[in-house]
Amino acid sequence: MLKHRVIPCVLLKDWQIAKSITFGSYRTIGHPTSTARVYNARNVDELIVLDIDASLNGEKINTEIITDIANECFMPLTIGGGINTIDDIYSVLSAGADKISLNSVALKDLSFVRKASARFGSQCIVCSIDVKNIEGEYKIFNQQEGVVDINPLDLAKQYQDNGAGEILLTSVDSDGSANGYDLELIKLFKGRLNIPVILNGGMGKPSDAVKAIENGADAVAAAYIFHFSQWTPNDVKLALSENNIPVRSS
Amino acid sequence: MNILSDSIVIIDYQMGNLRSVQKAFEVNGCNAIISNDHSVIKSADKIVLPGVGSFKDGMQHLKNLDLIDVLHQEIVQNKKPFLGICLGMHLIANKGYENGETQGLSWVDAEVIRFDLASEYLNIPHIGWNNVDYKNHNDLYESIEDNHDFYFVHSYHFSTCEKDIVSSTTSYGIDFISSIQKGNIYAFQFHPEKSQIAGLKIIENFVNVKA
Repeated sequence: MLKHRVIPCVLLKDWQIAKSITFGSYRTIGHPTSTARVYNARNVDELIVLDIDASLNGEKINTEIITDIANECFMPLTIGGGINTIDDIYSVLSAGADKISLNSVALKDLSFVRKASARFGSQCIVCSIDVKNIEGEYKIFNQQEGVVDINPLDLAKQYQDNGAGEILLTSVDSDGSANGYDLELIKLFKGRLNIPVILNGGMGKPSDAVKAIENGADAVAAAYIFHFSQWTPNDVKLALSENNIPVRSS
Repeated sequence: MNILSDSIVIIDYQMGNLRSVQKAFEVNGCNAIISNDHSVIKSADKIVLPGVGSFKDGMQHLKNLDLIDVLHQEIVQNKKPFLGICLGMHLIANKGYENGETQGLSWVDAEVIRFDLASEYLNIPHIGWNNVDYKNHNDLYESIEDNHDFYFVHSYHFSTCEKDIVSSTTSYGIDFISSIQKGNIYAFQFHPEKSQIAGLKIIENFVNVKA
């Protein structure tokens, strides 16, 4: 039986691993190599690293650091941030990533998702959607453009139809809050897509992950809880397992 | 690095990231060489064929690099231990159907077919952690308990009438073949190099197989 995944999702900023709070402020977590090594030792199901310098400042993604991180990972590694061309994808995969996450480029140009998945396979293409609740309505938030008036589920369907293999769905409002996932958001997605949805933003305790998956998430991503609380990825998996949600044995 | 260990070659045929497989050998103290040079393949004690991509492209690349005969000679005739991973498992079959029907290496009487899951509401590709159920013995599962989870990424799967070579099946809509052993030929649908401790144990067991 296929298992539900618990995935640390961290940022790469100023050559360090960092965590954002509602996409605004950043707290440094540690060195990229040692962070990856610790996650590998803790047997996490997967690791997502988003290069925030590349996406915010238009820099090329730092493939040297990606190589260092990949060298520590004996589990799947997803890299995102600042990927704008087919060549960018090629260089990130060559550096040792297993999947890439597209955000701004996919929002601007849907055909890029199709090109990327045709070239590298759907299994390799994650589309990342950042969502903000504006007066009760969910809209897209983009680092460069701000709030964009598109329905997140419609956008996810378009990504799916163009070959995305997974959706990374992040609630900007919940990001770094440790107040729990945005369950209203994931309920909108439940049963509406044929590809897995990884829900991100807000996990503060293991029971938050249980609620996320019960409400439709295929996998949960988090950072704050693993760095600023006593809970580990295994604690989260234990809680899922206790609630009859299949997780990977470790 | 253990200089006394057998020499292992990872076949470079431009199908996917071979570095992650090489790394998995490195942590087991084994310096596996990535190469498509015939003399390196002939002098190696063991041969690894990884790969991500389509069956058709994989066979085409093996053909272009003139590797089909040398692999047959070293693995089928000289019985060198062989490890096939994902596409490297598929290619040892008679036939694959990904992007049109393609003749495979035919070391095993098998076909590689697409998941037919239309009625199951299951996604293709099958991506993620799934468990294997042991069937017949496989040397490389030594010290790994039954039902362990490994990391899978694939849309096509192996199908064979040689039932006695099936080492495990995995459930995804159907029970498909997730690993085989036919004498010196070991092949896995999942990625040991991405499956952490248990996956690295498979690599270690392969390193320890008597060449």
